[in-house]
Amino acid sequence: MTVTATRTAVEKSAGRVAVSADGSRIPVRRRKLRLGTWLLSILALVIAVIWAFPVYWMVNSSMLSTATLESFTPTFFPVGGSFSNFERVLTPSFFSALAVSVGVTLLSVAVCLTFAFLASIAISRFKFRGRVSFIVTILLIQMLPAEGLFIAQYKMMASFGLLSNVLGLSILYVAAVVPFTIWMLRGFVAGVPAELEEAGMIDGLSRTQAFVRITLPLLAPGLVASGVFAFLQCWNEFTVALVIMENNRTLPLWLRGFVQQSATQAIDWGQVMAASTIVAIPVIIFFVIVQGRMTSGLVAGAVKG
Amino acid sequence: MTTTDAPVSPPGRTGRSTGADPSVRRRALAPYFLILGAVLVLLLGMGYPVVWQIVTSFQKYGAMQQLGGKAPDFVGFDNYIAIAQDGTFWAVTFRSVLFCLVTAFVTIVVGVLLALLMTKIHAAARFTLQIALLLAWAMPVIAAMTVFIWLFNRQRGVINYLLSMIPGVDMKGFNWIGTTPLLFFIVASIIIIWMSVPFVAFSAYAGLTQVSGEVLEASQLDGASAVQRFRFIVFPVLKPVIAIVLLLNLIWDLRVFAQITLLQDAGPKSTDYDLLGTYIYKTGVAGLDFGAGAAMSIFVLALTIALSWFYVRSLIKEEGK
Repeated sequence: MTVTATRTAVEKSAGRVAVSADGSRIPVRRRKLRLGTWLLSILALVIAVIWAFPVYWMVNSSMLSTATLESFTPTFFPVGGSFSNFERVLTPSFFSALAVSVGVTLLSVAVCLTFAFLASIAISRFKFRGRVSFIVTILLIQMLPAEGLFIAQYKMMASFGLLSNVLGLSILYVAAVVPFTIWMLRGFVAGVPAELEEAGMIDGLSRTQAFVRITLPLLAPGLVASGVFAFLQCWNEFTVALVIMENNRTLPLWLRGFVQQSATQAIDWGQVMAASTIVAIPVIIFFVIVQGRMTSGLVAGAVKG
Repeated sequence: MTTTDAPVSPPGRTGRSTGADPSVRRRALAPYFLILGAVLVLLLGMGYPVVWQIVTSFQKYGAMQQLGGKAPDFVGFDNYIAIAQDGTFWAVTFRSVLFCLVTAFVTIVVGVLLALLMTKIHAAARFTLQIALLLAWAMPVIAAMTVFIWLFNRQRGVINYLLSMIPGVDMKGFNWIGTTPLLFFIVASIIIIWMSVPFVAFSAYAGLTQVSGEVLEASQLDGASAVQRFRFIVFPVLKPVIAIVLLLNLIWDLRVFAQITLLQDAGPKSTDYDLLGTYIYKTGVAGLDFGAGAAMSIFVLALTIALSWFYVRSLIKEEGK
């Protein structure tokens, strides 16, 4: 298609712009614009269905009986389904894995958020020797190949006597998550102009007071967003837990153990999907509620210095 | 740039007192106290393992060390020479880099296209698409892998069933992950793209909302084509976002481990189906050759730095200003 052709097509589809009496521009929608938007919207809905399908399929399968799942014709709606797969899956081993996951995640998120918050203030509010190296280092640390490091991490935790220990796993999680959390928070801190604090200081507040009363409240959404990010990282982490936690499993390990256990027999897909649903659904709900703030934080970190 | 707005200490303050003002000195130390916690935990959780890894890459772990606790011998660059001569290692490396480039590139293209699509559709359709993407984004890796293995199941997987409904196509019983490495990695790539596109799409969409609608409108009135508008107005705003998400995806896709391991759980386990992550794991942990595993991971580290060098360099320049 030539440039002229493209331009004409775009002008037609985007409609013309008219100027109203008060001088503001009002887009004049034309029939072709509506049609284009319509077609694109339908395309978007088709993509949405394809994208959501695996999640739907997991929930659907989790409510079907083993006999139904064994059929060669898939059942697309859980009509006549039950929650018996869930009942079979909620065993004491689930609750002990849940307790480990909750413990590790809460500890890691609290420590990570504190350290990251302080560090993000340092790099966006102070100029100090080593600042650039610190920023570059936290960026580089995210690139360390984890599968190369866990041999060393295993040896280290063994020498501390912290294998299969919530504290040991938390140390590794904080180290893994803190760089990205600093990265996100710095975008938020940079988004609050230092002039606001300076104005407060001119009005007689000390530097700390100005920070606590003016900047901190404005940073609360950023803290929530990066806290959620850290939460998801720790909650879903699999590889390090696999190496460190030999007999004190987290939820992802519990789920894998489930698949492995079934792998020796014929896989009971109803149970496996129920277990997956239990691990995934609370995270999904939580995430859908808070994601808007997370994304804006990620972009702020990238766009703002 | 907001990075340079560190408050300057009032110039009049140190003028009178001859010695260093205690509050100024305290302020000079403040940033170091602020980063102390993060630095300590990073030294412990990452620094120590990296140093161990480097040291170990110059050591030989033989049977004596594994059984009797004898200290390993230093062997210089022997481990590096050994992996350099290991044909399998190079095959795995080549495969990993190719896998990483293709997967990350497709992820970015699909993600940015979806973000552009989101700006052009009805609010209801946009909301539906965003919810669908969120579902995939929030899915824990393990749960996602389990579901995909079920979707691709050869006997009762819904993908074979749906494909077989196309006239003339019979995919019943087709083994997606066990037939050829190429097919195995295409499946792995599809799963990873499914999981990582939402992050790219949302980041790009958030970036797009910062594009000024008025400037776009004005340029359109001046006769700029859609391509010109994208190139000169939209893309410059989107560029830093694309740069960071491309870099992150390259890094994630190069060191992908959990997905490949879990796919191998359900299929073939030979080295033809390995990427660097799983190959290092097999050599270093399962094979107990810590020295070779360490040397390989140092190699991957260097590879990662090479991949991201342009970004890191521009970042250093930017921060140094």
